[in-house]
Amino acid sequence: MPQVMDADRMSRALTRIAHEILERNRGLDELALVGIRTRGVPLARRLARALKEINGDDVPTGALDITLYRDDLMRHPVGPQPLVRRTEIPFSIDDRKIMLVDDVLYTGRTIRAALDALIDFGRPRVIQLIALVDRGHRELPIKADYVGKNLPTSLKQSVQVRLQEIDGTDEIVIEGEP
Amino acid sequence: MTTRAADRPDSAERLAGRPAPPAAAQLKSRHLLGIAGLDADEITLILDTAEAMKEIGGRAIKKVPTLRGRTVVNLFFEPSTRTRTSFEIAEKRLSADTLSIATATSSVTKGETLVDTVRNLEAMSPDMIVMRHASSGAPDLLARICRSTIINAGDGMHEHPTQALLDAFTIRSHKGRLAGLKVAIVGDLLHSRVLRSNVLLLKTMGAEVWACGPSTLIPPGLERLGARPTTSVDDAVRDADVVMLLRIQHERMQGHFIPSVREYFALFGMTPERVRRAREDVIVMHPGPMNRGVEIDSEVADGPYSVILEQVSNGVAVRMAVLYLLSGREGRDDESPGEGR
Amino acid sequence: MNLLLKNGRVVDPGNGRDGEFDVLIQDGVIRRVGRDLPAEGADVFEVARGWVVTPGLIDIHVHLREPGQEHKETVATGAASAVAGGFTAVACMPNTDPVNDHAGITQFILKKAAEAKLARVYPIGAVSLGSKGEQLAELGEQKAAGCVAFTDDGRPVATALLMRRALEYAGMLGVPIVNHCEDPSLKGDGVAHEGYHASALGLRGIPGVAESLMVERDVSLAELTGGHVHIAHMSARQSLRAVRAGKERGVHVTCEVAPHHFTLTDEALEGPPKYDTNLKMNPPLREDADRDAMLEGIADGSVDVIATDHAPHHADEKMLEFDHAPFGIVGLETAVPIVCDRLLHAGKISWTRLVELLSVNPARVFHLPGGSLTEGAPADITVIAPDARVTVSAAALRSKSKNTPFDGWELRGGVAATIVGGRVVYRNASC
Repeated sequence: MPQVMDADRMSRALTRIAHEILERNRGLDELALVGIRTRGVPLARRLARALKEINGDDVPTGALDITLYRDDLMRHPVGPQPLVRRTEIPFSIDDRKIMLVDDVLYTGRTIRAALDALIDFGRPRVIQLIALVDRGHRELPIKADYVGKNLPTSLKQSVQVRLQEIDGTDEIVIEGEP
Repeated sequence: MTTRAADRPDSAERLAGRPAPPAAAQLKSRHLLGIAGLDADEITLILDTAEAMKEIGGRAIKKVPTLRGRTVVNLFFEPSTRTRTSFEIAEKRLSADTLSIATATSSVTKGETLVDTVRNLEAMSPDMIVMRHASSGAPDLLARICRSTIINAGDGMHEHPTQALLDAFTIRSHKGRLAGLKVAIVGDLLHSRVLRSNVLLLKTMGAEVWACGPSTLIPPGLERLGARPTTSVDDAVRDADVVMLLRIQHERMQGHFIPSVREYFALFGMTPERVRRAREDVIVMHPGPMNRGVEIDSEVADGPYSVILEQVSNGVAVRMAVLYLLSGREGRDDESPGEGR
Repeated sequence: MNLLLKNGRVVDPGNGRDGEFDVLIQDGVIRRVGRDLPAEGADVFEVARGWVVTPGLIDIHVHLREPGQEHKETVATGAASAVAGGFTAVACMPNTDPVNDHAGITQFILKKAAEAKLARVYPIGAVSLGSKGEQLAELGEQKAAGCVAFTDDGRPVATALLMRRALEYAGMLGVPIVNHCEDPSLKGDGVAHEGYHASALGLRGIPGVAESLMVERDVSLAELTGGHVHIAHMSARQSLRAVRAGKERGVHVTCEVAPHHFTLTDEALEGPPKYDTNLKMNPPLREDADRDAMLEGIADGSVDVIATDHAPHHADEKMLEFDHAPFGIVGLETAVPIVCDRLLHAGKISWTRLVELLSVNPARVFHLPGGSLTEGAPADITVIAPDARVTVSAAALRSKSKNTPFDGWELRGGVAATIVGGRVVYRNASC
């Protein structure tokens, strides 16, 4: 399976994003990271660590499960319901700048669900999006504010992000015919 | 332009690279008629899903849009505030449209049969029907005939599956597991659907159940069902991890089951002295409503071992999990109309 | 009606016959039974190879529901169901509406049966007025009108005193008292056999002892009075024990078992489908040990009669919660296939025993004509095809009601023809 990013390049992309965040935000107060389950969560934690290393401050980090907000839940003619996991956002999101973190940005529907979920939690001042990979083919008017890698793909392909914390290794691979 | 299911960001296929747990899972039956139809994996799935649902009750806005546009009818032929309210709240938290019909009369006295009542209801296309009925087997009858998904909220003396599930959830949240625990259930075993559902669930999950009550109230074949019957409350409670009390109804004095509630309390009531025979970290449970001074001493009900109120709050999460896992499957042509076909 | 039944295997224990014989019927009566009989102008009915010719089968426990519940069954439809099941005669229970406790109703039933011109119908009258257990009915009048026995079936004869008097009085008239044995306080509001399955399904139980306790009472009372008690629809092993003990002492007690009680057990309630109301009857389906005891009693002669307790109920009435559905299943058209498949072919009884259980003994117990193919007797004859493959179809039953638990069962053994008074009143086209 063609590897488009190895561990080293992933790490550098995350570090670069962390620097971008600091550049564009004039400091980290009011900022919080919310990773979208499942792989957005370890990515958010890594970013928080990177930000702390560079800047010295702790950035509150949370985990968001968007399963119950998906727009395609009841529309599958056959097939199981996706497994629901806990959302853990142990801080108030009111008036904060929330950085949503996801591994792959594709149709944009996951992000739409995440926005609906966040708004039920409170009223952030600003919400921005960090995506490790943007593979195009948006179905909704959603854009990422920070991107690790732009990866043009065809609809027949699938992009898999593997993370040490979950898959035992760091890499990004593409499957399928271009 | 639609995207293939496999390409969706959170699709089962996408997450298939992970070792465990499964990214998606399903209950085999499209109804919840009883614990009897569930295996250990399905029970675990419901409990795990309830974990996630519990968090929603802690938010400021206790709502997710999951069942938006779905209609759930709560059809209660037996009076019940606790279970009905619990289901209503669970449904509303999932954004379902909910309608509660509390009919105090049975079909026979009203003249309209149960089947006709529900068929009329079905003409208005509810997605799910949550039913409590005084006759064992009433939900099974409906599942054979109706298109809607049927959730059993208690049928006669037969089963009360969501109660057993919330009991298991509560036990698991304190003990971390169900397998290998000693659970003592004390009370009117003969007439209790909570007993039957709990025995089936705990047996499936590998717990050891002791069922205790006066010999007049021990159902035949209890051992075969999966519990160890005893008339000694001391034996039942000794070193127990969990002590669960069941209601004794005052009506049991007709039918000559017990001479009086006073004597029942003397022989079987859960007093602080009796509870002390259990393990130090015992939890005391009761499905409610309690008869204080009959099956349970107030001091125990309100004491440090009691998790009775937790059971109630867990009930909402467990019912949300059940509603979620069964939703979207009503009346599908690819599925047979229910168990037993 | 002149008919020659040619070349059948005739099993007629009453006349000591079991072999290939011809039966000549003239003017509705058995003229001759012998070998190579000339037709003498009679129609010839070639009995196929393997078929068996027996004295007409008699079901002494059926509910014909008329008067009062004609939506379930009428005398006419019940008689049609009977002949389709191979029965040339039935005895019908008095729990109609109104209860058959006086001669007017007996006469009504007999009139309806005569109009139907199918199976013979022998009414059983009520022991007490309205079967309320308070006052003895006019048993003498009823017997004169045509009743062959008395019962308060549906209920037990209410008190020991009433049962004693009934046995004495009926004894004087030379007829038996049939009892639905059940102690009401032990039965309570039970709906299924008290045991593991009722517990698992959450159904209120009826212990076997509820039945046997009253069987013991009635055996003692029959002993005391010298009367004849016939135990209806026996189901519990303890009851059989009491009947055997009574017979050993010389008490005049007889008993019947219904096909479902030696075929099914309470395990059937677990389904699929669970809680099938076509498995709800009283006495209920009991546990393995009881079913096995009934089989044993049938084989060893302690059980006198097989009777169906044919109890039709309209589909609407059975489409209810198990607790609320009425007790009872139909049985006239499934009895012969079940007896052939589960008793005869299973090697538990012989042909002779089959004819005893379904013809000889019912006639003997109720002092009815029939039970044998004696020359000069009315030509009531059943022709059985023991190897016919039968698939029970509820929808195809001739009874007005379809409440059978045997729908879809594949059984070996069916009725080829039923002859009443020399007329072929039923002919199975597929045999």
